Amino acid sequence: MESFLKIILKPDNLPILFLLFTVIGYTWLSISKMRKNDTQDIPEEAKLSDKVQVWPNLVRVEFIASIVVMVILVVWSIFIDAPLEEPANPTLTPNPSKAPWYFLGLQEILVYFDPWIAGVILPTLIIVGLIAIPYIDNNEKGSGYYTYKERKFAVLTFLVGFIILWVALIVLGTFMRGPGWYFFWPWEYWDTHRVVALTNVDLSEIFGINTKDAFGKLNPFAIIFGIVVITAYYSIGVIYWIKKKNTPLLQELGLLRYSITAFLFLTMMSLPIKMVLRLAFNIKYVLVTPWFNI
Amino acid sequence: MGKLKEKFQQTELYKSIFRHSYQDTNRNRALQIVDNVFLHLHPVRIPRHAVNIGYTWGMGGITFLLFIVLTITGVILMFYYRPAAEYAYEDMKYLMNDVPFGPLMRNMHRWGAHAMVITVMLHMFRVFLTGSYKPPRQFNWGVGVILLVLTFLLSFTGYLLPWDQLAIWAVTVGTNMARATPLLGHEGPFGPELGMKINNDIRFILLGGTQVGPPTLLRFYVGHCIFLPIVAAVFMIVHFWRIRKDGGISGPDTSKKEF
Repeated sequence: MESFLKIILKPDNLPILFLLFTVIGYTWLSISKMRKNDTQDIPEEAKLSDKVQVWPNLVRVEFIASIVVMVILVVWSIFIDAPLEEPANPTLTPNPSKAPWYFLGLQEILVYFDPWIAGVILPTLIIVGLIAIPYIDNNEKGSGYYTYKERKFAVLTFLVGFIILWVALIVLGTFMRGPGWYFFWPWEYWDTHRVVALTNVDLSEIFGINTKDAFGKLNPFAIIFGIVVITAYYSIGVIYWIKKKNTPLLQELGLLRYSITAFLFLTMMSLPIKMVLRLAFNIKYVLVTPWFNI
Repeated sequence: MGKLKEKFQQTELYKSIFRHSYQDTNRNRALQIVDNVFLHLHPVRIPRHAVNIGYTWGMGGITFLLFIVLTITGVILMFYYRPAAEYAYEDMKYLMNDVPFGPLMRNMHRWGAHAMVITVMLHMFRVFLTGSYKPPRQFNWGVGVILLVLTFLLSFTGYLLPWDQLAIWAVTVGTNMARATPLLGHEGPFGPELGMKINNDIRFILLGGTQVGPPTLLRFYVGHCIFLPIVAAVFMIVHFWRIRKDGGISGPDTSKKEF
């Protein structure tokens, strides 16, 4: 408990608590707005569509908001000092070494994927995928008001992606990951000497195909097995298209938009799947090749 | 006194500064917005729901406010900080212990930066939930995503500048990812096959060395104080301009009968 309190009250970690409370608060607020809008014929926002003068109606709100933010920021800055630790020393590595808090979700993904995926491919796909959203989501409804009913898939996917795969992983990476990036419950002491037996196996080994032989040479059958598994995973998207391509939803979406959406969605969902594989079944890799592992 | 004020209001000096009277008329309210270079970012009139803080959460505006606060406190901090490994940490100690209002400036800069990262994320969250990226705002959503990334980069480059243990190890962990870049990193897929070594890959370019050292400090300093703020400012100009050109704050299309 002591380690947990110490880490939670670190000045640099206060913003995470702030993030946690605002995200929970805003999620609750928007869900209640969605429910209200979804039960009535026209959304609340459309009832307030008459025009008002910006001066003073909007400028007043901006002015008060600015003052409130400045007061909070100044009081926060008067009472809590920004951290300044020992001088930089390249020969003394702290344990655990952590990136700034907003990257801790990505650092947490390093447990489940190799750095080239967790640190390069996934961040790139997040950025590209976010920019692509308006072009692949051609649902005309739900523009300019809170609604769930009219865009279920979009809202659900974003909530899962933002709240679970981004914010929750940041919280996990900051508060639950101790020395050696091992998982510690809040009541556990952060023991630097903790030893955890590495019992990780590759997916193929569960099915009796060893990844490497006794001399450390890669087994070609394991590589084929891995490629088959990954291809099978992404063909879920193809199968779904073949089965549902005549529905009005997919007709309107079109093959190109559908392919991009399916690829991004399946890639996103591969993270929780790999987390379960790793945490519940100790599986390290699905595919091992001489150049990269997945 | 009142007479003097009235007389002053008739002078050429006063009239050259204030172009209209302050009587509470709709015309003056409109002029108040369009005659002011800062306020004319706004339209003159907006739909009532857009004033509602429950709709917008005010997060975009607060992000902009924090950017201004960070620019001002950042410039003040630059007076006391030298981006060289010999001086950086000493300057931080000096700033925190001897400079009048030094700790306040530094704390505001750091906490403001953390807050800005949060408000940017919340702004994006709100824009998604209200479907505000839908036509005609697709492009502006993309500009916003770039601004989100720039905010992360600004915060990350600033993280190194105190030159303490927290700074170099956080940046070491963060930039170690670049080793594994496919094709361009010396530990990434097909990197070694393309001749990538620790002293010529993308991480080496980023750090100016094989580990986080004095050249990295200078690179991150220039990026943090010059390059990234200018790029962010340009994207912000486009972002704000496009909000207006795309029809202002999003809202339901009231020309439609059904929803």
